[in-house]
Amino acid sequence: MLRVDAICKSFKEFSLSGVSFSVEQGDYFMLLGPSGAGKSVVLEIIAGLIAPVSGSVYLDDVDITSEAISSRGVGLVFQDLALFPHLTVFQNIAFPLKRKGVKGEELSRRVGSLAQKLQVTHLLKRSPSTLSGGEAQRVALARTLALEPRILLLDEPLAAVDVELRAELRALLRNLNREGQTILHVTHDYEEAISLGSQVAVMADGRIAQQGTIEEVFQNPASDFVAKFSGIRNFYPVTASPLSNGNLRVATLSNSLSISFYSDDATQQGYICIPENTVSISVQKQESSQQNTFSGKVIDVFKQRFGYEVVVDVLGLHVAALITEESLAKLMLTTGTVVWVSFKATTVRFIAV
Amino acid sequence: MKPLSTFNIIASFLGGLVLLFVVAPIVGMVLATPLSALVSTAKEPEVTGSIWLTLWVSMAATLVFAVAAIPLAYLLARRSFWGKRLVLGVIDLPVVIPHSAAGIAILGFIARDSVMGKTASIFGVSLVGTPAAIALAMAFVSLPFLINAAREGFAAVPERLEKAALNLGASPARVFFTISLPLAWKAILSGLVMMFARGMSEFGAVVIVAYHPMITPVLIFERFGAFGLKYARPVSVIFIGVCLAVFVVIRLIAKREVKDA
Repeated sequence: MLRVDAICKSFKEFSLSGVSFSVEQGDYFMLLGPSGAGKSVVLEIIAGLIAPVSGSVYLDDVDITSEAISSRGVGLVFQDLALFPHLTVFQNIAFPLKRKGVKGEELSRRVGSLAQKLQVTHLLKRSPSTLSGGEAQRVALARTLALEPRILLLDEPLAAVDVELRAELRALLRNLNREGQTILHVTHDYEEAISLGSQVAVMADGRIAQQGTIEEVFQNPASDFVAKFSGIRNFYPVTASPLSNGNLRVATLSNSLSISFYSDDATQQGYICIPENTVSISVQKQESSQQNTFSGKVIDVFKQRFGYEVVVDVLGLHVAALITEESLAKLMLTTGTVVWVSFKATTVRFIAV
Repeated sequence: MKPLSTFNIIASFLGGLVLLFVVAPIVGMVLATPLSALVSTAKEPEVTGSIWLTLWVSMAATLVFAVAAIPLAYLLARRSFWGKRLVLGVIDLPVVIPHSAAGIAILGFIARDSVMGKTASIFGVSLVGTPAAIALAMAFVSLPFLINAAREGFAAVPERLEKAALNLGASPARVFFTISLPLAWKAILSGLVMMFARGMSEFGAVVIVAYHPMITPVLIFERFGAFGLKYARPVSVIFIGVCLAVFVVIRLIAKREVKDA
């Protein structure tokens, strides 16, 4: 649907060199990378606000690289939202509709319907300067959706929103995508990428370091950068047990393994992440406070910047643990050694999708 | 209360002297003018006619030239082009050249043997000595006030808002009229008021292109030359009063409009 082909652009501080990726119809595509990687510039090039030095942007196989901004059919929600301060919320949402010639009752009906969908009906008469971060974000989304964009470009949409409101906005974005809206979402937050994305491209220093499904990229990072940036190796899709009183829940993995964790999020589908440095390895089963203890076989040992990474196969599931050189020598771990892997339920993080 | 430092005392004293320098001659003139003279002068058709002429010609010059000056200010605020600094310098030129010289230049521009004069005469119109000539002279010396204020106003509008409007499907013209112009309106309005006020008070350039019909600054000069200080004072006081009243009213309207916007 959207194809970005070998985009190059130089700035004083950094440059984009040969950025290529493609987004399919209905995808929720995450462009993930640290600040200054050039993610926002890619969005502005797609929207036509910046012209690339070389490379092309295709939308439905039509080259739109030189097309006028206003006729691209690409809706961009800026990081700072760019709501028009001299117009009310109603007038902001009506802005793209008026351009299409929508007037009178039809205009009110369509603005009303978008406002209802984004839950901003009570704000229609307000000025943007009186809105909270979450409210302004919803209004900006409603205004861009009024354009009926073929693809929705979001630049760090959750960055200015309080933590409590993030889950709510994530659910809203997820629903938009489920209704068929193709979304390209830029973020520096891997949790956001996991929570929302179906596809992800990791960007570093003005180029795409890796692209694939969320699982492909997070479980098999193609480079040190991707591994460090994503920061997680033990990352698995799970179905969680319903919320119980003590918030201790059980995640069932694809290989039927059950992992205990704490979460007050009632969602049942999601991913769990277990930081490598919180996984212990022993050669004999030990009684401890750790809720999660499994037997497995070492399948790989390799040196890391600090210590060694030991990869253990637990019923087909690969669990990575970071241990010191001294522990590696003491336990005499090599490929094929049978070990016990354990970690506390409190170190397991659940990311709802 | 915090005691004033020596510096503040000296600064306040010097500032007071400057204010006195501005206020004292005007107050002195008002006090030296008997009320009866003011009343009789205000009744003279020549005086009321010249005040009316000054006001409407300056207003017309401001509005007509604003149509082209405001888009120019927008381009200067938003676009980079070769020779931009030169253009900015040209715009400020009327501020630094003697206004009598500006009047001579305009007279040459509209005289009967100039291209513009010849074009006008085809339609049976002569520009010299007409309100149109006065408007041109007023606009020449007062345009920098509007262009510079509007340019600063446009520059203060975040470019991101214009980009957002373009992304929402608006054409560049629509972006200008619905986003840039309303957001820069306060500065533009202030520029319009300044241009109008400056045009209204112009003497040097106008006296050369059109001694008649007589605008009030020219009338004051004529009365001074022909009859002396005593006869020039009442007209001056009345015109200053009118200028102040118009200025205050426009400012109030402008303030309300910006608030509503």
